Amino acid sequence: MIKEESRYRRKRLDRGIKARADTIFVIASWKDLTYLFLPRAVPVIALLILPLVLPAYWGKVLVFACVYGLLALSWDFLGSCGLFSLGQALFFGMGAYLAGTLNHYFHVPPILTIPVATVGGGILCAALLAPVVRLKGVYFAMITLMLPLLLRKVIDTTGVFGGTHGLPSLSPLPGETVAVYLAIIGFLTCLFIFRSVGNSDYGLVLRAIKDDDRAVMSGAINIYWRKIQAIFISGAVGAFAGALMTHHFQFLGMSAFALDYSILPVAAAAFGGPGTFAGAALGSMILVPLSESLRALGGLRVAIYCAILIVSIIALPEGIFHYMARKYHQFEKLVEVK
Amino acid sequence: MALLIYGMINSVVLALYAAGFSLCYGISGLANFAHGAFYILSGFTAWNLMNAMGLPFYLAAPFSVLITAFMGFVFYWVFLLRVRGIPLAEVIVTFAAGVGILELLMWKGFYGMRYSLPLFMRGGVEIGPVAVDYQRLFVLVTGVGLVLLLWLFVHHTKMGLAFRAMAQNERTALSVGIESDWVGSLSLALGSALAAVAAMVVLPLGMMESAIGLEVLIYALAVAIVGGLESTPGMIGGSFIIGFGQVAAARYIGANWMIIVPLAAIVLVLAVKPSGIFGKFKELEERV
Repeated sequence: MIKEESRYRRKRLDRGIKARADTIFVIASWKDLTYLFLPRAVPVIALLILPLVLPAYWGKVLVFACVYGLLALSWDFLGSCGLFSLGQALFFGMGAYLAGTLNHYFHVPPILTIPVATVGGGILCAALLAPVVRLKGVYFAMITLMLPLLLRKVIDTTGVFGGTHGLPSLSPLPGETVAVYLAIIGFLTCLFIFRSVGNSDYGLVLRAIKDDDRAVMSGAINIYWRKIQAIFISGAVGAFAGALMTHHFQFLGMSAFALDYSILPVAAAAFGGPGTFAGAALGSMILVPLSESLRALGGLRVAIYCAILIVSIIALPEGIFHYMARKYHQFEKLVEVK
Repeated sequence: MALLIYGMINSVVLALYAAGFSLCYGISGLANFAHGAFYILSGFTAWNLMNAMGLPFYLAAPFSVLITAFMGFVFYWVFLLRVRGIPLAEVIVTFAAGVGILELLMWKGFYGMRYSLPLFMRGGVEIGPVAVDYQRLFVLVTGVGLVLLLWLFVHHTKMGLAFRAMAQNERTALSVGIESDWVGSLSLALGSALAAVAAMVVLPLGMMESAIGLEVLIYALAVAIVGGLESTPGMIGGSFIIGFGQVAAARYIGANWMIIVPLAAIVLVLAVKPSGIFGKFKELEERV
C-alpha cells in the first residue's frame, strides 16, 4: 500500500477555460458555456423555485436565510475594505426602526418605507461611523459592537419608539409570496452586484485599502471617503434587511438590535469564506437552516454558532467556498511518479 | 457631597471593569472581547465553590481569581496562539468565545435572583450627610489599591518590565529574549484575573446573571474608547468622566438617563478626537 502510494501522486491542473475566462471571454463550446454558467444559474433557479415547493414553515426559514444572507454580504463588503464589524445589528436595527417608526407614526405604506429606510439607514450609519474610519485596528470592531447594544439600552430605559413593548401592528407586506420573493430578489441582486463591483476598479481600490492603505493614499485617493462610501453601501443593505423584516413581522421591537444579527452574519461569512461574497451567501444558506433544525436546543444555538465560528476561523480559515471553487476549477488525477 | 462620593465609587467600579481589558490590549495588542465573559464566569466559579464545595467566601474568592487567570492562560495557548497576528481572527475568536461562554451560562439557567455573592462586610457609615455601606467603600479601596499595585508591578518587577517592553516594541523585546507568546498569555491571564477581582468586589452589590457580562464588556469598551486605548491615564480618566457623568445624570435628570452618558461621551469623543482623550498614536498617519 505504502509502496503504491509512493508510486503515484496527485496531479492538479487548472481547466483550460479558467485560464482563458479569467482574462478574456472566449466561449468555445456548450461544454464551456455550461461550465461557466452552471454554478451561477443553479443557485438562482433553485432559490426562485424553492418558495413554490417548500412548506410554509420552511418558506419562513428561507426568508430568514435571505435576510441573514444580506447581512453577511454587507459584512463581507465592509470586510473587503478592511473594516471588521462586529455589529451588523446596528445596520439592521437602524433600518428596522426607520421603517417601523415611519409606518407607525406617519402611516407611510411599506412601498415607501422600505426604500426610505434603506437609504436613510445607510446615511445614518455612515454618519455615525464616519469618525471611526480614521482609526486603525480594533476600534471599528469595538464601536460597532457597542453601538447596537447601547442603542438597545437607550430604547429600553427611555421608552422612545415604543420602548420595551415595541410598536405592534405595522402594515404587512402584500402577501407571503411577495415577502419571500422580495427577500430572495434583494439577496440575489445584492450578491451579483457585489460580485461584479468586487471585480471592477472600485472594488479593486477597496481591496487595496485593505491590503495597504498607505499605498492607496499615495495614489491620491481619499481613503476615508472611500471607506465612508463602503459603510453607506453596507449599511443600506443591512437596513434593507431590517426594514423588510419589520414589515414581515409587522412588529418592531428592541430585538432588532439583538446580538444574533451581529454574530450570525460573521459566522456565515467566516464559515463560507470571507472576501468572495458568494462564500458569505453560501454560509448563511447553510447555517440558517441548520440553526432552524437545532431550534429544540434553544439558547444553546448561539453557543453552537460561536463554536462553528471558532473552529472555522482556526481550522478552515479560507472557508468552504474557496475550497469548492478550487476543486471546481481543477482536474485532479493520479499520475505515476517516474 | 453625595454626588462626589457616589460618583467616585461608580468611577472606580468602571475602572475596575476596564482595567483588565485595557491592560491586556496595552501589553500584547490583544483586544479581549471575552472580558465580560471571564468576569461573569469568575462569579459563577465562586458561587459554585461556595455552594457545591462549601468553601467560605473569603477562600472562594481568591480561588476563583486564580482559576479565571488560569482559564485566560489556557485560552491563549489553545485558541489565540493559532490566530496570533491576524487582527480579524483574534477579534472574532475572542468575541465568539465570549458570547459562547455567556450563552452557555444562560443555557445552564444562570439568571434570575437565585445567584448572588455575599457581601464582605455588612453595615455602613455616614460621611457627613451621606450614608455609604462598607462594601462600596471596600470597592473604592480595592480599586485604588489595585491601581497602585499594578503601577508597582509594571514598574518594579522583572515581569512587569517585560510587559512594558512588549508594549513598547515587540521586535526589540524579542531580540533581548522576551518571549512574546509567554508575555501574551500572561497578559491575558492577568487581564482575566483583574476581571475576576472586579467581579469579586462588585458582584455582591447587585444581581449576578450572564447578561451582566455583556454590560461589563460594553462599559470596559466605552471607557477604553473615551480615554484612549493602551493608556493607563486614559483608562482612569475615561472611567471618571463616564462615572461622574452617569451619577450626575441620574441625580439631575433621572435614573433612566444614566445609559445615555456613555453613548453621548463616545459620540462626542469620536467627533472631537477619535483616538480618545488621552489616546496617543492610533491615528492612521502616525501608525508605526
